[in-house]
Amino acid sequence: MAVIGSHKDLDALTLTFVAEFDAGVERVWQVWEDPRQLERWWGPPGWPATFDKHEFVVGGTCRYHMTGPDGTKSPGWWTITAIEPPHRLEFDDGFAGEDGEPSDALPPTHAVVTLEAVGDRTRMTTVTTFASLEAMEQTIAMGTEEGTVLAMNQIDEVLR
Amino acid sequence: MVVGELDLVFHALADGTRRDIVRRVIHAEESVSGLARHYPMSFAAVQKHVAILERASLVTKERRGREQVVHGDLAGVRKAARLLDAYEELWRHRAAGIERILSEKGVD
Repeated sequence: MAVIGSHKDLDALTLTFVAEFDAGVERVWQVWEDPRQLERWWGPPGWPATFDKHEFVVGGTCRYHMTGPDGTKSPGWWTITAIEPPHRLEFDDGFAGEDGEPSDALPPTHAVVTLEAVGDRTRMTTVTTFASLEAMEQTIAMGTEEGTVLAMNQIDEVLR
Repeated sequence: MVVGELDLVFHALADGTRRDIVRRVIHAEESVSGLARHYPMSFAAVQKHVAILERASLVTKERRGREQVVHGDLAGVRKAARLLDAYEELWRHRAAGIERILSEKGVD
């Protein structure tokens, strides 16, 4: 895998992330289309995702939760707004309440995913636009807290 | 950074004039009256924008004689940028996860 680059637009609160994978476009599409594969990589470090519902069609909804190191569940949802297999996927991604249904507390993040063939490799471009700064912080906070815990565990190992 | 602080930063950056002020004063300090000449608005309106930026720690202001001089606060601007950096890290983590799945045999 090669991370080709990323671009941050502070004004628009947009992150563009580009990576290339050593696999065909159809194969990379599967990691989004197949919920069992998707849940293996979607969550932040230490917060594996579980997709309970995954309707991969325009207007379809997905329900998922991420489980933290102490068992805390953080539910989320997607609404698919555009889909053109195997090249393009757009969806809104938001936090949900305890019942797994979308919460109005924070506006969703919009993601646009594009897959294109580059020789026999695939370039994946994701553009994430944050509607809410708190949503951005909340998304990031999860991974960061766990990162700190992992770092502490590593220190423990060294000292043992 | 606590969420309250974040709100201040992003509210401050949500306005085109304020972003322009930040860009100018990060480059070189400027007085409030000097800044006011760049925009089709009153001195008081510009002063208000500067006050919002100041509360968000994106600029600092000091009185020099009769003038109020505005400086860019790099630490504040970097704080906002740091959040997007953290999000980029999340995508690096995800891309590494995808790569791991793709390298497995017999998944497809």
